[in-house]
Amino acid sequence: MIKILKYSFSDLIRSRWSYIYLVFYLILGFSLLFLNNDLSKAIITLMNIIVVLTPMIGTIFGVMYFYNSREFTELLLAQPVRRSRIFLGQYLGISISLALSLTMGLGIPFLIYGIFQSPEIFNFLMLLVSGTFLTFIFVALSINIALFNTNKIKGFGYAILMWLFFAVIYDGLFLISLVVFNDYPLDNLALTASFLNPIDLSRIMILLKLDISALLGYTGALFQKFFGTGTGLLSSIAMLLIWVMIPIFTMVKKSERKDF
Amino acid sequence: MFLRITISNILLMVFLSGICREIVVSPQEGLISLKQAIEMANHGDTIRVKPGTYECRNLFIEKPLTLIGEKGAVLDGGNESYVLKLLADNITIEGFEINNSGKSYTKDYAAIYVSGTSGFRIIANKIDQSFFGILVEKSRNGLIRDNRVNGNAKREDESGNGIHLWHCDSVKITNNEVSGMRDGIYLEFVSASQVTQNHTHANVRYGLHFMFSSHDDYVGNTFENNGAGVAVMFSKWIRMESNNFIKNWGTASYGLLLKEIYDGEVINNRFEENTMGIYVDGSSRVNYLNNTLKQNGWAIKVSGGCYSNQFSHNNFIGNSFDISYNSRMNDNTFHGNFWSEYTGYDLDKDGKGDIPYRPVKLFSYIVNQTPETIVLLRSLFVDIINFSEKVSPVFTPDDLVDDSPSMKMFL
Repeated sequence: MIKILKYSFSDLIRSRWSYIYLVFYLILGFSLLFLNNDLSKAIITLMNIIVVLTPMIGTIFGVMYFYNSREFTELLLAQPVRRSRIFLGQYLGISISLALSLTMGLGIPFLIYGIFQSPEIFNFLMLLVSGTFLTFIFVALSINIALFNTNKIKGFGYAILMWLFFAVIYDGLFLISLVVFNDYPLDNLALTASFLNPIDLSRIMILLKLDISALLGYTGALFQKFFGTGTGLLSSIAMLLIWVMIPIFTMVKKSERKDF
Repeated sequence: MFLRITISNILLMVFLSGICREIVVSPQEGLISLKQAIEMANHGDTIRVKPGTYECRNLFIEKPLTLIGEKGAVLDGGNESYVLKLLADNITIEGFEINNSGKSYTKDYAAIYVSGTSGFRIIANKIDQSFFGILVEKSRNGLIRDNRVNGNAKREDESGNGIHLWHCDSVKITNNEVSGMRDGIYLEFVSASQVTQNHTHANVRYGLHFMFSSHDDYVGNTFENNGAGVAVMFSKWIRMESNNFIKNWGTASYGLLLKEIYDGEVINNRFEENTMGIYVDGSSRVNYLNNTLKQNGWAIKVSGGCYSNQFSHNNFIGNSFDISYNSRMNDNTFHGNFWSEYTGYDLDKDGKGDIPYRPVKLFSYIVNQTPETIVLLRSLFVDIINFSEKVSPVFTPDDLVDDSPSMKMFL
């Protein structure tokens, strides 16, 4: 598995897209810091971008890489290697290289602007951790989609739809249900609904850390009570871990039974 | 002969009473009791108090005197009741450190208590650990200047206000610093007064709180990090100019609350990092000019019954919500403000945007209806619906526009 991981990783690291992705984050980080020089505000802006962008890049990269390396995968399948190892190796290769682009691309500018001397270091780490989690989650989901769909066009369509669902449609349904059930106590519903979607979860985790909680009024107090504590943080991270584990599990299951 | 003696006696008495003596109180020698000094003194005398600690419990001053504390003169109230009670006209209290008034749930014990007088002057005192700092009732033509009031209040119900005026007229409150009390400065039924250059911070409730006080000016004050910001209620003809409202964060906190305010002016103030910059409730004919509202949660929140207010030449920079309305009715005008979120263009280069700006976002309307939806703040979906509402307003007041938004920030 480590060998396959290494191969996928070095394959991706050498590819142009990883560099473009890295350079994009470098430019983003530098220009944000150059423009306002305020670490805390830069982190808020980055949060807006990361929460939408990392899932999208993860999804597209995952599907693309899986379809493109199909022939190589088939070649590997002919070797005496366990199937789960092959797919896990590929999955980790993609995820790690994307996460590396993210952390390096943002880490370098922030390091230069002195994140270690700043009290914002914890928030910044939070941002990187949730970005990394989102990458791992969405790469896993997209490989699942690719495994279930041999048809490239279909698979690509489903993958984009999946991203759209978590990034936009989910929030839309969430908002509508909150407005429709206005007359009922909604705090726990809001808490649960935002807890279930990894994008919403990371957004709220970072928002609450960035002192915006007072804006959220009474609901915010409830959120703060949950997310602000150690257990809240731990359970959010546990939730994100579950979001990584489930798709990996189905990926392994499906890959073992799939007829190539 | 008899007449001459009488006249010269009268002259002598007039002369003696006309001359102002200076009485020195010192803990080491001569006169050691402040109380005795006050009893001895004639009208208009000056009592100079040397450095040292003086026990001073419920000390009445019932004639016009000037009390000057040299540096290090401490009046200790012994946690019992009032420390100084000023009950005559033209009393000056200057340069004392006043500590430990009593605490009570039924009496308003204060370090300096002034009642029914005119022409009082309270200058450069340092008040610590007192229930109320300076409490003035039914007085006029006073001056409260350069004082520092500190406390360590924790709860609203067991603490008093820093500078508290009730039923006063023509009082100047200048350059004081109040922290750690319940309200920094509290005015009730106070008219024709000026509150200038004060700094109130870290008070449990309001930095400045005034009710039923008309024709007053508030200029150049800084209100920072108070429990609930500044509350201005039920007053007319108020002028608030060049004040700073900073960092009033909290679920029930705002920079400035205006409730039932008529014909006021809010000019040239700075609102920075407050949960709500200005919360306007039932206030009419108030002009908001040249203010800067920066990085607040809600810059201005307008709730019911606000008519004929004018918002012009203000800067709105990086607020989560610029304007929030709770109804579709609008009778206020927004004209020529700078909005950092304005995305329009200026083809004729007159410094004014060519397309109008709509400061009320759909999301702020939704949040007003269903507060729980705020958890979707900064999500992609919300940006999308805000954009579509901006293109064709359905839910937000459609006449609430700034027709000529400024392209440049006002300095």
